[in-house]
Amino acid sequence: MIEFVNVSKKYGKDLSLSNVSFSLEKGKIYGLLGPNGSGKSTTLKMIAGLVLPSSGTVTVNGKKAGRKIANEVAYLTELDMYYEPFTVQDMIDFTASQFKDFDMEKANELMGFMKLDTNKKLKQLSKGNRGRLKLVLALARKTSVLLLDEPFSGLDPLVRESIVTGLLKYIDFETQTVIIATHEIDEIESLLDEVLAIKDGEIIAMKHVEQIREEQRLSVLEWMKQTFKE
Amino acid sequence: MGEEFHASKPIYLQIVDKISQQIVRNEIKPGDKLPSVREMAVQTGVNPNTIQRTYSELERMAIVETKRGQGTFVSEKSEIITELKSQMQTDIIADFVNNMRELGFTEEDMIAGLKRYMLEKGNRHD
Repeated sequence: MIEFVNVSKKYGKDLSLSNVSFSLEKGKIYGLLGPNGSGKSTTLKMIAGLVLPSSGTVTVNGKKAGRKIANEVAYLTELDMYYEPFTVQDMIDFTASQFKDFDMEKANELMGFMKLDTNKKLKQLSKGNRGRLKLVLALARKTSVLLLDEPFSGLDPLVRESIVTGLLKYIDFETQTVIIATHEIDEIESLLDEVLAIKDGEIIAMKHVEQIREEQRLSVLEWMKQTFKE
Repeated sequence: MGEEFHASKPIYLQIVDKISQQIVRNEIKPGDKLPSVREMAVQTGVNPNTIQRTYSELERMAIVETKRGQGTFVSEKSEIITELKSQMQTDIIADFVNNMRELGFTEEDMIAGLKRYMLEKGNRHD
């Protein structure tokens, strides 16, 4: 369970989130959708405890989100930053050393599924394979919350497909809540339970994907276009 | 993955349609076990909660039965499959008739048009 109550965040004079309130349930996949600069990354970082609200409260499993929440939240950053001399195996071992909940068996299974060569250096990997590796690292942790910030950005359709399939295969739906922040919803529409539309730091709508189809006969993409125009 | 879904209909119902078609075409046979919810989710690229809804709907329609701890199986009652087949036929005919009516065709026009079509093009698939 994740809950935002009247959360605002200011960076200097800029208001990144403006009095946001919502709550997310266990066992669901949420899409956090919005244009660049709308507040998606700030929202995820707050759940991960990496950014603290200027006002209001963010709770994860009943606990206030802060540095200690890292034990319960896996966070996949949108950045393509890595330590150059590391091999894939080094990266896995390092992540395992940082998080008690890291499941090495699952990591190995995921590596097989993603067809990643553990001996390769990170700088030798294609951008797509680095994207796959980031997902392996996030999915191999046994956390109740999984946050993915733009997991598809700049990746080709084959990589996107392997990421979607990887998520469907390896998410633990009994225990995990997944939030995917993206502005590319085309391919992941059928993956989502609910969508949150965020614009200029405000959640302007929250809906079930199937409800959008049933009531408005729109795909999420079409619904987004309408919602953001208003 | 890679499946396309129409915007105008909930995804869970589109998968109900797809499975029903496979049953009517005998690609899935009476008594066959359907993939688990998770397997089906991976195959179709669809959220497991949506697939669960698909299976519940198929169960409500009595097309499948869920056996505790064993999985979901296509009904072995032949009358249910026959009923499903006839229902799907009726649905398609109803669509056709409604579309033709909207264009102003009479019943006679429709029947004549259908006969002419079958004579000219309808045998191709046999």
